[in-house]
Amino acid sequence: MSDATSSTRRLGQMRTPLWQRAAERGLAIIAMSAIAAVVLILVFILREAAPLFVDELALEAQGGLSSLVRARTWEGYDAPEHVWQPVGFPGKLNILPLFAGTLKITLLTMLLSVPVGLGGAIFLAEYAPRRLREVVKPAVELLASVPSVVVGFFALAVLAGGLQRLVDATYRLNATVAALGLAFAVVPVVVTISEDALRAVPRDLVEASLALGARRWQTTLGVTLPAALPGIAAAIVLGFGRAVGETMIVLMASGNAPVLDASPLSSARTVTATIAAELGEVTPGDDHWRVLFLLGGLLFVVTVGLNEAGRFAVGRLRRRLRAEGVT
Amino acid sequence: MKRAKGDLALLVGTGLAMALILVALTALFGVVLVEGVPRLDLAFFVEAPDADMTGGGIGPALVGTALVTLLMTVAGVPVGVATGIWLAEYAPRAGAWGPRLAAVVRGAVANLAGVPSIVFGLFGLGFFVLFVGGQLDALLHGPDAPPIWAQPGLLWAGPTLSVLTLPVVIVTTEEALRAVPGPLREAALGVGATRFQTTFRIVLPRAASGIWTGVALAVGRGAGEVAPILFTAAANYLPSLPNDPRDMFMHLGYHVYALATQSPNVDAARPTLFATALVLLSLSFALSSVAMVLRARARSAT
Repeated sequence: MSDATSSTRRLGQMRTPLWQRAAERGLAIIAMSAIAAVVLILVFILREAAPLFVDELALEAQGGLSSLVRARTWEGYDAPEHVWQPVGFPGKLNILPLFAGTLKITLLTMLLSVPVGLGGAIFLAEYAPRRLREVVKPAVELLASVPSVVVGFFALAVLAGGLQRLVDATYRLNATVAALGLAFAVVPVVVTISEDALRAVPRDLVEASLALGARRWQTTLGVTLPAALPGIAAAIVLGFGRAVGETMIVLMASGNAPVLDASPLSSARTVTATIAAELGEVTPGDDHWRVLFLLGGLLFVVTVGLNEAGRFAVGRLRRRLRAEGVT
Repeated sequence: MKRAKGDLALLVGTGLAMALILVALTALFGVVLVEGVPRLDLAFFVEAPDADMTGGGIGPALVGTALVTLLMTVAGVPVGVATGIWLAEYAPRAGAWGPRLAAVVRGAVANLAGVPSIVFGLFGLGFFVLFVGGQLDALLHGPDAPPIWAQPGLLWAGPTLSVLTLPVVIVTTEEALRAVPGPLREAALGVGATRFQTTFRIVLPRAASGIWTGVALAVGRGAGEVAPILFTAAANYLPSLPNDPRDMFMHLGYHVYALATQSPNVDAARPTLFATALVLLSLSFALSSVAMVLRARARSAT
């Protein structure tokens, strides 16, 4: 008895060997790699873009730094216009049409994806029998894993033709085709996260509502849905971020014409597609190269901002719901 | 009567939304399958493309995809798993700063997961190719030597993709470790094992299925990404296989992109295009199925 006690004490007091402590220290250092990656991405993208702000001769031919966003009466034009036309002299590098293209395609995508994704999530969480859910949920996850280049190709080869048969579009590849393709990538995000949020709503809430005489559909729309709002908001923000950052689908399906135009059936060119299409053809270090890296930096800032906004909104909504005693 | 109407409306509405998703999924898989299969034969998997890429096969693209994915896995998975271990096992017990630092790491992981893939392409070019490669050139060959390392190639595409897939590995590893019951650790520590022994001999083996789920997801994601390798390595047409890690290579996803947008003869390229897309789709399908099976196994084990 006393032997056993002393041996346990001895084991408990045994020092951790040096090599194990070293390995643990190493683990802690490696664990910082994610932070390092985020910092390095920002630093090394801005490093290529920085000369735009330092070099006084940067963008001189097109009227200085402000001409990146300001309309300008280009040679041969009658009125000031926002033009992205990097080839030729002087290259016309106005980034507004690109952001307009991204915005147009992203909004169209969300218009398609949110109702469908949220509807699918409500069906899965509230109506689908267990058997059906166990088949459908993996299928939706499968859709999320389809490589975007395959979706882009599908949009280009199949959806574009289909749309043209439905409506008389001047351009075979246009913002709507790109948005349809993007919906393939965004809908799974919306469905999975919203469904998790809906199913995380406590049963007592639902049962209390039903016990008070509310109908099933009234409970779903009036109790479950509001309680799941933080998760649904996160789903929409993350889906939005996915749509803004997606490259291959829009590169292949949008038609890539950088025009300022609100029509869903005209071609559009996004920020991502511009980088993808043009960086390979540019001389390293010239203004066009720098502006493409600047676009990448802006894209990084926008998506990280969206991400943080989503995380913040979710945290706040959750706190509020908790304060109201909802969760 | 009101009840029936309201419930029916919501059921039909949401059911239609779900049906639409399934139809879209079926259409995508169906069209690629039907149009792709006739072109498939053994030679397609082995031969190099010929006749302006409308004939021949996708052998070099398959090998290139396998090589870059392997390099990505070797470079990225150990880092991701180590980070996951630190987050789950060490950070919560590392004094007052541990949890705080862990929150920063988790924030970085969440943001990294949201960074667009094309930004990783810019990063790979700016950091790996131009900076790391440039430094190597300066170090090994003097400041004025022509670029030997500072060139797009396998060596730089692999690490670029591993940064992209890092969040997947970290998140799944941490989740898998957290699912291992606490009493198991207490028992191990109680009989005198060190924290290190407990983590690596008791907890880690129990979380293996979960960690492999993350690896399968990361490989599936990495193998299909095209945007990050546009400027770091992918070659349009390169019938010979890379025999140096600095070489450029052909890639399945890039091949689909190039054939779909730059082919001189779109109609002639169509069967090859669908067949290549089918191979890529099957690859990612297989990897996500593996991930789902592993995840089911991990759930039933804990």
